[in-house]
Amino acid sequence: MKTSLSWLRDYVELPADLSTEQLDDALTNLGMEVESIVDQAATVKGDLVVGRVLTIEELTGFKKPIRFCTVDVGKDAPQEIVCGARNFAEGDLVVVILPGGELPGGFKIGARKTYGRNSNGMICSAAELGLSGDHSGIIVLPAGTPGEDARPIVGLDDVVVEVEITPDRGYQMSLRGLARELSYAFDAAYTDPAHLDAPGGTTDVPFPVSVEDTVGCDRFSARVVRGIDPNAPSPAWMQRRLVAAGIRTISLPVDITNYLMLELGQPMHVFDANRISGPLVVRRSRPGEKLTTLDGVARVLDAEDMVICDDTGPISLAAVMGGETSEWQPDTVDVLLEAAHWDPIMVGRTARRHKLFSEAAKRWERGVDPNLTLVALERAVQILTAHAGGTVDERVLDLDHRQLPGPILLDPALPAQRIGVPYPASEVVDFLSRIGCTVTGVNPLEVTPPTWRPDLVAGIDLVEEVARLGGYNNIPSILPPARGGAGITAAQRRRRTIGRAMAENGFVEVWTYPFLAPGLADALGYPIDDPRRSAVRLTNPLSEEEPLLRTSLLAPLLGTLKRNLGRGLRDLALYEIGTVFLPGRSSTPPPVMGVDRRPNDADWAAANMFVPNQPWHLAAVLTGEIAPSGWWGAGRTATWADAIEAARIALSAAGIADARVTVAAAELAPWHPGRCAAVSVDGTVVGHAGELHPAVVSALELPKRTVAMELDLNAIPAAPVVQGIRISTFPPALIDVALVLDRSVPAAEVEAALVAGAGELLESVALFDVYESDQLGEGKRSLAYKLTFRAPDRTLTSEEALAARDAAVAAAASRFGATLRGA
Amino acid sequence: MSYRNDPYDPKQAVLLSPESLTEAVTAAQAAFGAASDLDALGALKPAHLGDRSPVSLARREIGSLPPAAKSDAGKRVNEARQAIQGAFDARFAALEVEQAARVLVEERVDVTLPWDRRPRGARHPITTLMEHMGDLFAGMGYDVVEGPELELEWANFDALNIGPDNPVRGSMDTFYVDLPGLVMRTHTSPGQVRTMLTRQPPIYVVCPGRVYRSDELDATHSPVFHQIEGLVVDEGITMAHLRGTLDHFAKAMFGPDARTRWRPHYFPFTEPSAEFDVWFAQHRDGPRWVEWGGCGMVNPRVLVACGIDPDRYSGFAFGMGVDRTLMFRNGVGDMRDLVEGDARFTVNFGMEV
Repeated sequence: MKTSLSWLRDYVELPADLSTEQLDDALTNLGMEVESIVDQAATVKGDLVVGRVLTIEELTGFKKPIRFCTVDVGKDAPQEIVCGARNFAEGDLVVVILPGGELPGGFKIGARKTYGRNSNGMICSAAELGLSGDHSGIIVLPAGTPGEDARPIVGLDDVVVEVEITPDRGYQMSLRGLARELSYAFDAAYTDPAHLDAPGGTTDVPFPVSVEDTVGCDRFSARVVRGIDPNAPSPAWMQRRLVAAGIRTISLPVDITNYLMLELGQPMHVFDANRISGPLVVRRSRPGEKLTTLDGVARVLDAEDMVICDDTGPISLAAVMGGETSEWQPDTVDVLLEAAHWDPIMVGRTARRHKLFSEAAKRWERGVDPNLTLVALERAVQILTAHAGGTVDERVLDLDHRQLPGPILLDPALPAQRIGVPYPASEVVDFLSRIGCTVTGVNPLEVTPPTWRPDLVAGIDLVEEVARLGGYNNIPSILPPARGGAGITAAQRRRRTIGRAMAENGFVEVWTYPFLAPGLADALGYPIDDPRRSAVRLTNPLSEEEPLLRTSLLAPLLGTLKRNLGRGLRDLALYEIGTVFLPGRSSTPPPVMGVDRRPNDADWAAANMFVPNQPWHLAAVLTGEIAPSGWWGAGRTATWADAIEAARIALSAAGIADARVTVAAAELAPWHPGRCAAVSVDGTVVGHAGELHPAVVSALELPKRTVAMELDLNAIPAAPVVQGIRISTFPPALIDVALVLDRSVPAAEVEAALVAGAGELLESVALFDVYESDQLGEGKRSLAYKLTFRAPDRTLTSEEALAARDAAVAAAASRFGATLRGA
Repeated sequence: MSYRNDPYDPKQAVLLSPESLTEAVTAAQAAFGAASDLDALGALKPAHLGDRSPVSLARREIGSLPPAAKSDAGKRVNEARQAIQGAFDARFAALEVEQAARVLVEERVDVTLPWDRRPRGARHPITTLMEHMGDLFAGMGYDVVEGPELELEWANFDALNIGPDNPVRGSMDTFYVDLPGLVMRTHTSPGQVRTMLTRQPPIYVVCPGRVYRSDELDATHSPVFHQIEGLVVDEGITMAHLRGTLDHFAKAMFGPDARTRWRPHYFPFTEPSAEFDVWFAQHRDGPRWVEWGGCGMVNPRVLVACGIDPDRYSGFAFGMGVDRTLMFRNGVGDMRDLVEGDARFTVNFGMEV
């Protein structure tokens, strides 16, 4: 909503010395977002003065007629100015911008040579000054003194205010409403422009109209004026106000409807009465009906749309936009002015359906005062006939099917109870009366909101008005007493711990958008039946290329890795903790749930069964050196083993003891089939880690041997309450064993066998050498372990330690045929 | 050469003369003093204190003296020997200190040599800021709750009094999916709904998390961003409590000068509703009011839809952008830095924000 301050002052007696800051504060505290407050005097820079045309010399020989003028601008010598307009004569007073000035839009004025003459400045049109759309000629002033500032004379001394209105307060989208609001802020006198005697509906109507759907249109009023002067222009003051409000001037009848929409908040429509065939019918659209609206778009209408029809079918998309066939034309002499009241929900849906958010639709959707139709028509008829003549049909059409809402019952103590400010009942009544409510009764108060406030339907809405007029910033600041809470959950604490562990181990956290390209599943080498291919699809993605929601964190994380590489980083260890989007537990769409009560447990549960499973995942990727080279010597490049270790770090941080974690060879895209590990907790796979498949690396253009890890954090069991252990103070017995086995036997299983065989005396086992040689036997390798034995209650004898070692070796021997090397 | 049973050897008794002993002491002191290190000192020891040293030889000569002279001679020899031993010990101690100091000097290294052999990782500031905010409320007795990002339309809109025809629903730039009744949540407010559906008051929760709006990424917008939502439902809760809570939160986040300023606004899920600014004294462009979030008293219609008696209970809710908070609090100038995942951006923040 945009308007000039002078227009507002017509209805509210604002302080004469009102500053921009005061106005800004007042509007803000009333609940409007101030977009801008522009002093128009500053939109034209430099000297803008009144000039009197002394001489005019017609220049010929150019493509268009040009005038060379001398103009008295109050200086010693007349100013020489070349001008292309012709609508003025010697002796006329005009508006001149002198060299050094600047017109709106940054158009700088200088002294220059043009059409063979010197031109020092410019004679201005209203359009050039940003005052109206009128390019037809320069401004000729009725009065003025050469040399004086022309701004006040042409209306460039005004202030233009633009505010954004919240969706519940349609009444603020008019001068009438804005002025009323400002009257509260400044405690200023207010004049309601709708306070006007308007003739009521007559039995005999000026035009036959029937309303078939009184839900969509509960009031339809119309008047007819015949024989107007089709060439009558809109008055300058109206044009100025419309232009200031950002509305294009078109013609007198159309400008009047727009002007009154701004002034009163009542959108109207003007038909050419002679272009309507037969009586008007207001009804819902029928399937397949079409209408070409004023914007030239042929629209297929929906059965919910309201239309105004004549014998030819729909001629107007009701409340939103008129149609081409019945519209006012430059030669229109008989007009039908319509002011109706439409169902805001219907208009909202129609506007969204047709993507037609006209100024009218914006107001209807937010709610329009249904009492205004006759007032607006009377104002329109008055202005139209004053400027274009014509004969007013005395008959008035008013089909009124409104059902007025009853009063709201309000406990006068409720505002104090909800806001925490002890408003006395008298103040509650006073505030509500000031916003136009009729208040009767004592307790409860019976509050009838004014017709322009359809947003006030319940007691809490009235509480808000009391708080607003009382001033939000007068509400005290009181901290409620703590009630005792559980803080963060175990799952949240675990994610934090994992995140910290990753960071402490050199990984850098990033977060990525979960939007993916469909082709990524192929690039990652997912098999055709891979469940990770069944991704939820956005129906309105920002980029048509990335419509899918991630089923794995790695996919987007690899993109981020690539971006970092593209920026010149080489050694990277990145991680992300986030959710992925997997199928829900049910394919039955959620049941319809109302809002008038809590949904029943069965419906709520069924709805949640349909919600996609969104577990938290952790993913990490590594490339380049994990241990940098430096002056100390060579570094170390990250390998598949670092990816697996990252998974172990996370599991350890999640409170899972190493003994519960198993790592086994696995084959899963996007990993290298020979360098991929499944990581399990208590035998359940919780994720994978290893080196990426060379084909994936190649398809995604990643550095060779990039490694990665992804864990499903939700699949990791809750950490147990850790039990303390007794620390033995007796000395350990250390024994090394080297076992020769087939190379195909996984080290993890050998170690597990040793642990199982060694029994309780084994404190720790560490693999310190892996040696492969055919001298050991074809396909064999040697694994050398350091075994540490210790008893809790005594110093072990060497016999005890050796017996335990033998038992460990025996277990490895029986499971894998291991032999002691050198034995 | 000289033995106890030697009766008398006048030639050898020369060593016992006071002059000789004095000379032996002086010579030893000079020699020890000249020793430059412990090894050299050790090498000198036999010559002055060993069996063949002058004082040792002098001691042997005592036997050849007449009994009357023995006592006096013995005393002189002992004094000489003690003097030499004293000189040795003193020099030894001095050299030991000197050597220890020299070792320390010799072992000096360049401690400025870099040793970044284990690169440091870092956590994303959005993560740590959300944790920080959650902790502040946990300290005030709130629970930290979560909800799904792909959310039921009913929880994201309907239950929050954003009916199908509410203009707000159309203006939220919602991402829809190919599953009916689901949207990418446009705010963390459905977290309120889920909380109220599963427990009765008193309810004191915050819900931090990721939200989605179909805005193109630019310096100040991102289609994916973060909010933290607060909800309190209890008996006798007023808008003054809301103000107290936000003021407290502001001070905890931005320091003791922080306070909030409210502007009436419209949210379907609260009534009355307000947007609030925070006074941020440390702003890099100077102290100023900064737009921070929205708040209000929970609309009774929301309580009803969630099964809470609106006549018995009242509540407040508030929400603010985490990314926005990070941007002005930590002087991050461009939203794109938050979302592009450049490792340098995260590393700059380290482990805390």
